[in-house]
Amino acid sequence: MPKKALETFSVSYLSILDEDGNVDKELEPKLKKPELIELYRQMVWARRTDERMLKLQRQGRIGTFGPSTGQEASQCAVAFAMKKQDWFAGAFREHGVRLLRGETLTRQLLYYNGHEEGNVNDGDANPRNLPISVIVGAQPLHAVGLAYAMRLQGETETCAVTFMGDGATSEGDFHEAMNFAAVWNLPVLFVVQNNQWAISVPRSKQTKSATIAQKAIAYGMPGVQVDGNDALAVYAAAAEALDRGRRGEGPTLMEAVTYRLMMHTTADDQYKYRTKEEEETWWRRDPLVRFRGYLEAKKIWSEKDQEALEEEYKAEIEKQVKAFEEMSGWKPDAPFDHVFGTSHERIEAQRREFLAETAKEAARG
Amino acid sequence: MAKLNMVQAINLALDEMMAEDPSVIVLGEDVGVDGGVFRVTEGLIEKYGEARVIDTPLAESAIIGTAIGMALAGLKPVGEMQFCGFSYLMIPQLEGHGSRYRSRTHGQFHVPMVMRVPYGGGVRALEHHSESREAALGHLPGVKVVIPSGPRNARSLMRAAILDPDPVVYMEPKRSYRAFKEDVPETPETVEIGKAQVIQEGTDVTVIAWGAMMHTTKKAVEEIRQARGASIELIDLLTISPMDTETICASVRKTGRLAVVQEAPLSFGPASEIIATVNDHALMHLEAPVKRVSGYDVVTPYFSRENLFMPTVGRARRGIEEVLDF
Repeated sequence: MPKKALETFSVSYLSILDEDGNVDKELEPKLKKPELIELYRQMVWARRTDERMLKLQRQGRIGTFGPSTGQEASQCAVAFAMKKQDWFAGAFREHGVRLLRGETLTRQLLYYNGHEEGNVNDGDANPRNLPISVIVGAQPLHAVGLAYAMRLQGETETCAVTFMGDGATSEGDFHEAMNFAAVWNLPVLFVVQNNQWAISVPRSKQTKSATIAQKAIAYGMPGVQVDGNDALAVYAAAAEALDRGRRGEGPTLMEAVTYRLMMHTTADDQYKYRTKEEEETWWRRDPLVRFRGYLEAKKIWSEKDQEALEEEYKAEIEKQVKAFEEMSGWKPDAPFDHVFGTSHERIEAQRREFLAETAKEAARG
Repeated sequence: MAKLNMVQAINLALDEMMAEDPSVIVLGEDVGVDGGVFRVTEGLIEKYGEARVIDTPLAESAIIGTAIGMALAGLKPVGEMQFCGFSYLMIPQLEGHGSRYRSRTHGQFHVPMVMRVPYGGGVRALEHHSESREAALGHLPGVKVVIPSGPRNARSLMRAAILDPDPVVYMEPKRSYRAFKEDVPETPETVEIGKAQVIQEGTDVTVIAWGAMMHTTKKAVEEIRQARGASIELIDLLTISPMDTETICASVRKTGRLAVVQEAPLSFGPASEIIATVNDHALMHLEAPVKRVSGYDVVTPYFSRENLFMPTVGRARRGIEEVLDF
């Protein structure tokens, strides 16, 4: 009885628009011109708001946050492939997804200034966006549950998309979520933004696997690695995975290879563990520059368009920052309102004490 | 009116709720075809199908984590942690998310979910099957922890837990599963979560217990009544958190004396919280120090010694009499 190979596997890699601006015409997604422009606009919006938030944080006007600069293609192109009815269960570095799905900068600023109110979906924000999940790797399980509920309630064409980083793939919940989603054959898209660093720990110390995408194989689902700085590849892979989900063919793991161009969070100094030279290598792969070049080559974007967009966003950012800074009148005892759906005397007694003490503290000056 | 044991009563409540509300589902390890290792979910898969009675892969964090997702989307999942000892794997999801979606979103999202946790000693089981960790769970804000003591309140508490809009940990005293039967009314009853129940009025001393200890305590109380005719007010706590301050303190104000019987370890247990509550609201009514008849701060021993470490009828009786005689 000789040893024999029972199964053999391969992992595919998808790149459509490469660093030099070359496009694979066969794989190029069939997006219309207004769609391409909209996707680009969203990526620029994510970048400009990220830059502004960093300045606000440095000025002490908001608290700690994790910049997403450099990861716009990995985020916006997935969100662009999603439908409105799809659920989004993200981590804490997907501003691009959140903004594209209707969240305002004002709301993000509220969140990063320590207000739960920044998690409340209002206005145009998609009510199927779950709030930021700070605990690494916990939210993929929620996506699996959401997808299960959708199917049971007859929404078979609704997918759940969950995002996490390369570090999260070492967490048990990530693996449990993949396993449950596959066993239950649910329409879940797991997007791992492999941005090379989990704070100070490089991808090479996170897992021995040659790719993160191949982890899908063990769970019996397709895994694909894409150039995460290539908006076309990310879009194409996400759209295909979501279509599979909608057809009842189960979950997909997508590894978007990208780079966190900034610090982990504003409380981090990335030069303690990596070099500026490494960052410069990745700046040359900036997803915005690449996608803009693609649009310009198609003659659907120009320097003039860019200038107009920058002006528009500058004004919009000012407007939203102003709106954020003008907000006031926060109810100090709101946390007592939201312990339970129906309050309890034990909570209310503590609220009374809190209010009395707060008034006394105010009187002390 | 049917005579049911606790397993049958919980099963009845699940069956009734699943029949009434298609959003109620059951998930856990072996809950489907096997009907649960204690048979609490027996027959449900035949009635409601495998989409609503889910035999999950073996992963507690995923059982609660996916239940949270289901609840966020409008289902009312009832998950089973097969034994208390395995339930610690649910705590990261419970503390990190289940308890927080409501406060995190100021009520926009909430998690109407029940996690069933068979707990407690006295069934000669293997390691990790005998603990009583309700205090650890009761310490989490945004989580309700309830414990029935008999078939009738097991059914009404389960109904209340499923109807509740927030995460409820429903702890089931294994020792009481099949220990006795009670009349359970035809018409479904609910109890209010967060309320203790005075099950026997009295004037000389207040005695509080819950779960399997209720049965032990009732026997001790009866012995004392017969031996010396003491008038004992007996309270079934039913909800560990949020704890019912009013019922506890009103009783202590009346009797001036208090003993608490708990299976859990002594330190940081619910009995300590009960005493602190009395300290806040009824201290000056006390005529004797409060007595805790409790488990010990040891890792639960294997079953050859286990019963030595659990409160017995004798220990409960001596504790209550110590308070009466002070």
